[in-house]
Amino acid sequence: MGLDEILGSLFPRGHAVGVDNGGLIFGSAPWEGGEARVVGVANRTALGVDEAIKLSARVLEIVAAGGSGPLLVLVDSDSQRMSKRDELLGLSEYLGHLAKSLVLADMSGIHTVGLLYGHTAAGAFIATALATRTLVALPGADPEVMDLPSMARVTKLSLEVLQDKARSTPVFAPGLDNLAQTGAVLETWDPGKSLAEQLAAVLASPPAGGDARDQLGKARGGRLLAADVAARVGQLAAAR
Amino acid sequence: MSAALLHDPARVSWYEASARHRVATLLDPGSFHEFIGPEDRTMSPHLDLFGLPKQFDDGMIVGRGQLAGKAVLVAAQEGRFMGGAVGEVHGAKLVGLLRAALAAKPAAVLILFDTGGVRLQEANAGELAVAEIIRAVLDARAAGLPVLGLVGGRAGCYGGGGIISACCSGLVVSEQGRISVSGPEVIETNKGVEEFDSKDRALVWRTMGGKHRRLLGVAGAFADDAVDGFRAAALALLEAPTRFDLDAMRAEQTRLELRLERFGGCADARDIWTAMGVPEAKDVPALGSDEFVAVANGTGEAKHGAR
Repeated sequence: MGLDEILGSLFPRGHAVGVDNGGLIFGSAPWEGGEARVVGVANRTALGVDEAIKLSARVLEIVAAGGSGPLLVLVDSDSQRMSKRDELLGLSEYLGHLAKSLVLADMSGIHTVGLLYGHTAAGAFIATALATRTLVALPGADPEVMDLPSMARVTKLSLEVLQDKARSTPVFAPGLDNLAQTGAVLETWDPGKSLAEQLAAVLASPPAGGDARDQLGKARGGRLLAADVAARVGQLAAAR
Repeated sequence: MSAALLHDPARVSWYEASARHRVATLLDPGSFHEFIGPEDRTMSPHLDLFGLPKQFDDGMIVGRGQLAGKAVLVAAQEGRFMGGAVGEVHGAKLVGLLRAALAAKPAAVLILFDTGGVRLQEANAGELAVAEIIRAVLDARAAGLPVLGLVGGRAGCYGGGGIISACCSGLVVSEQGRISVSGPEVIETNKGVEEFDSKDRALVWRTMGGKHRRLLGVAGAFADDAVDGFRAAALALLEAPTRFDLDAMRAEQTRLELRLERFGGCADARDIWTAMGVPEAKDVPALGSDEFVAVANGTGEAKHGAR
């Protein structure tokens, strides 16, 4: 699904959401009694210091304004921008600040919903979609931590060997299904049905407090140890 | 080196020490108690697939101890095991520690970073662990707990580790510490040697190294490489504000916007230092620790409390 089609299905009553000339998504749309706020990255744009600071500015305006409507984070991005300038200026802080702003929105009672509709990778993924309360995806989304050819270079294994290994575990290979199994993605929406209804369903049943992605990964069999290891550390820290 | 020297925080190099040695010498002697230690053999379940050796602690040491008599929770990454990379077990130990802080209410959680980022052999689990760690750091901060990062190890603090470090309420860096998202080799591989020459060590250090990160305000404190330097800096940061709220985030927004306005056109770290008003910017890499701290304290960027 393209962005226009997605926005049309999410907001059948109309919307004022657009993509600026830097590839960033900003806008809002009527949602039930109030307003849904939308930010995001389109057209497989890389997330560098200039992009991150604009997104966080808008997220903090939304937090300051309050309101009951959700904050949608639509993502079709590249990875973080890999450049000397971005690192020189402290990209870690710009990406961290964007992630923090999204978590602050969630803590402030604004339901943050990430929607992966294209690509994303590495630091851009962490600072946007993975910093939302609820992450959903559309079929065809292709999140990845690192692409297999690059992974082949680093691990010194052939692409064929990696592809073969990827069939036995979801834990390293790119792709929506693999990430969903680890617990990163709550659900994949059906593009044939109304996205507005699917969003309303997600908003009607917000996950209980706390970060349950490790539990989800365990239940789905894609990340069997994480939840138990974290819980054991918690028990040991509580014992005196 | 004699046994006494091995335990003298003034004589132990943070950069050279193992993660376990850093923890033992940073904390009050004998106070460290590890959770799920190497004897437990909770190892990565994913490395066998790649025929790679495992480590009994998966390169992450977590536990409790005391810092100048104050109860703290501590996590330390071992940069010598897979470059300190974050895998499923490695990440989950830190997630568990941060979540435990909400009930344990220590004086601080200390994270001794030494990482190249996400472990590729378990990339999806590692990436998600980074997101869970960020969430848990911010939950701890929102409850008023300081979460302090210490960076000065061989592997630096790269990738997702760099982003986590930016979420800490305080960050200490030594000259040897490097903080970035994309590492030198990653930039060179993707954008070419003209964009970034990863073999140019002086370039790497002045772009990503501790002095630049301190001058820019990425890190709030600078430590000499000896463990006691990190200890003193961490103790000082225990008193710094930890609040995570709209006011703090707005102040950080302004700080980061101003940085782009002032230095966004600079081609090199030396240009930034000059624009900041550092006298003799070209001499910064050669400055001793005390001289450098005096220079850093004379600039505005290094003084902020907004993070």
